[in-house]
Amino acid sequence: MTDPLLKVRGLKIGATIYPPGEKSRDIEIVHGVDFDLEKGKVLGLIGESGAGKSTIGLASMAYGRGGVELTGGSVEVNGRDILKSGIRDIRRLRGAEVTYVSQSAAASFNPAKKIMEQVIEAAVLQGKFARREAEDRAVELFRKLGLPDPENIGQRYPHQVSGGQLQRCMTALALCPQPDLVVFDEPTTALDVTTQIDVLAAIKEAIRDTGVAALYITHDLAVVAQVSDHIMVLRMGEMVEYGTVDQIINAPQAEYTQALVSVRSIKHIEKQPTGTPMLKVEGITARYSGTDFDVLRNINVEMYPGQTLAVVGESGSGKSTLARVITGLLPPSAGSITFDGRTLTSNLAQRPRDDLRELQMIYQMADTAMNPRQTVGTIIGRPLEFYFGLKGAEKQRRIQELLDEIELGEGFQDRYPAELSGGQKQRVCIARALAAKPKLIICDEVTSALDPLVADGILKLLLNLQKIEDVAYLFITHDLATVKAIADSIAVMYMGEVVRYGPKSQVLSPPFDDYTDLLLSSVPEMKLGWLEEVIEHRKMESAGN
Amino acid sequence: MHPILKLVAQRVALGCLLLFAASVLIFAGTTILPGDVAQQILGQAATPENLANLRAELGLNDPPLTRYFSWLGGVMQGDLGTALTNGRDIAESLGDRLSNTLFLAFWAALISVPLAIFLGLLAVRYKDRWPDKLISGVTLTTISIPEFMIGYILIYWISIRFGWFSSVAIINDSMSLGQKLNAIAIPVMVLTLVVLAHMMRMTRAAILNVMQSAYIETAELKGMPMLKIIRKHAFPNAIAPIVNVVMINLAYLVVGVVVVEVVFAYPGMGQYLVDHVAKRDIPVVQACGLIFAAVYIGLNLVADIVSILANPRLRHPK
Repeated sequence: MTDPLLKVRGLKIGATIYPPGEKSRDIEIVHGVDFDLEKGKVLGLIGESGAGKSTIGLASMAYGRGGVELTGGSVEVNGRDILKSGIRDIRRLRGAEVTYVSQSAAASFNPAKKIMEQVIEAAVLQGKFARREAEDRAVELFRKLGLPDPENIGQRYPHQVSGGQLQRCMTALALCPQPDLVVFDEPTTALDVTTQIDVLAAIKEAIRDTGVAALYITHDLAVVAQVSDHIMVLRMGEMVEYGTVDQIINAPQAEYTQALVSVRSIKHIEKQPTGTPMLKVEGITARYSGTDFDVLRNINVEMYPGQTLAVVGESGSGKSTLARVITGLLPPSAGSITFDGRTLTSNLAQRPRDDLRELQMIYQMADTAMNPRQTVGTIIGRPLEFYFGLKGAEKQRRIQELLDEIELGEGFQDRYPAELSGGQKQRVCIARALAAKPKLIICDEVTSALDPLVADGILKLLLNLQKIEDVAYLFITHDLATVKAIADSIAVMYMGEVVRYGPKSQVLSPPFDDYTDLLLSSVPEMKLGWLEEVIEHRKMESAGN
Repeated sequence: MHPILKLVAQRVALGCLLLFAASVLIFAGTTILPGDVAQQILGQAATPENLANLRAELGLNDPPLTRYFSWLGGVMQGDLGTALTNGRDIAESLGDRLSNTLFLAFWAALISVPLAIFLGLLAVRYKDRWPDKLISGVTLTTISIPEFMIGYILIYWISIRFGWFSSVAIINDSMSLGQKLNAIAIPVMVLTLVVLAHMMRMTRAAILNVMQSAYIETAELKGMPMLKIIRKHAFPNAIAPIVNVVMINLAYLVVGVVVVEVVFAYPGMGQYLVDHVAKRDIPVVQACGLIFAAVYIGLNLVADIVSILANPRLRHPK
């Protein structure tokens, strides 16, 4: 048997952390991981944030991001232990034998240089190809990856192409030097689902055609199932399970893997609309000042008390703008909003305090939505003072009540946001919104920054709170699995318009309009061969037309 | 119109407006200044009649607004007026002085700007190691010492103890370039030491800021050596803040050299201004102020425009 291309034994990775107000200390983030990767094979690394998957991926290039250090074990690439190599040898490895595709191509391309220059840079620097050869190769890769105008796209600057195109350029950058191994670090996570499917197909085809081996890092099991041969499940720096894709998806052994596979299985049966609508959005059209196009065009939706309307769409569809209009942050140019029988003024400053109180918001980034220098108690106590004038013991009692509701126990009152995990932070934001006793909470992508299992917990909490408090949610998201889990009715937005609207069961059942069909069929499913099926299906459809 | 042209035109228009505002401030400031130029000129010979006559002759009795616009009108046509104290054309005497000041500033800039940027790059390359600390320490020391003090220290050591260069920086047209350079060597050193720290630290900070970017990591993962990454990937993206601080320091070299010129008895604008402030010669003070303002605004305008041009998003719109 030939030696594997990548052989990792007992890999230990450490980092120095600087907790606020304490002395810095060293911690271990990967505790001895072993795996092999054969030539031309794809290994999926999967796990939540903090599982160490990116760190392990970068270790195959002997690179530690930030203060990360490779402290033990061995990483052999083509038979050489790169952890024992000097910096010169490591430099000869990077960009030649092993290359890297990052999550955000937009940030990973130098904004001041043309795409072509950056794509061929490693190949030329490492002496793999002469400049002209490398350029021809890059054009060939652009073509293979399905980029428009492959001959000339290299002459553009990164900001002149779209996010999905740039992600493909990054793949070309990684493949250009003809490496033996490519590390793909969440290459489609930042993309819209309809874009993701194309990039995913392009990456898969490129891997197959070039015969390169790959480490494919992602938190999305459905995605990794489409491109990998094997999957390694990681949790908190340790391997939980390793197996073929088929085994991991269809017969997971470890409890944790089983939880990952069955994530997003919340069953929520839609409620029938009762009584009169609480919120009526009628004919809303809006644009941002200084621009010459409407970001929202003639939006009409209704919401009933205690129910959830999911607004779903891709980036740029106007879903967050709709939230801004309803909260009064952006006055619309036409249309009206009726809330609880009264018309809301479009000007935020003129809204009575009760209107402000009854309409609360929760944001995507719980981190930036809280003052880092205030304790959880102060953060939740603020609306209690502001809206109800609560003080002293009464306020304390109410804060504790709210903390109990969001399933955080005693002792959280005096903590600072930095001492909380991502899921806990979002829970505090939910408590802050609930403190105002609102009738409607606008949830703007509240689970998209969270790991799947944590997000599941938040969704369950929100559903539970809806039962207790009878609060309505306007749930803005790009994630259809979330929509299925929580919505009573759905509005699908596309380029500033609502293209499909109605009760959940109706919106999610055929016949579909073109866009909803595209959106629904682009959501990765956790089964083998899904990607090929969809691509094949689309090819047949477009051939049929 | 190309958006860049529009932006640049906007900046230039703003610069003109700012210069106009500066002229108002300078005029107003000099008008409310205490002291009477007629009194100064006449000195012992001042009788009430003499004073009244001279004031009328100099136009000091006109309302301020009239005087402002007649002054501004003259300035627009290149006429800066005549010095009250000696009756000479200001534009003429100022021309010599300005070219001397620019000569000094030019050589100081020629040495300090590349040196500061080079030291900044070096500090980034050896961040938190001894070269970085040494560079920071030395430049911070020199910026902390008052410039006249540095001047005297350098005069003492270089000129008096070693006798390499002259301690007085008097130059005139009959001197050759070599002689002139010999004369201004010490003032150039002083100015260099004064402006070095600011530019070097800004270069360091701007590049370190860029070094946090994901595309620097991309370059590292291409196997590129550190110095090459700094030069090819970090520097082009740090140009805007660096140019800004360079321009502020160039402006300082022209406008702020008063002290150094006095210390070295250098016949530049600064000396000229200080002399005439003492004599209450308002037109000269106004003319100098206006030229300083123009230099300052002009150089900052250049920095603004370079920042705009350095932004690839503006240079290559979608």
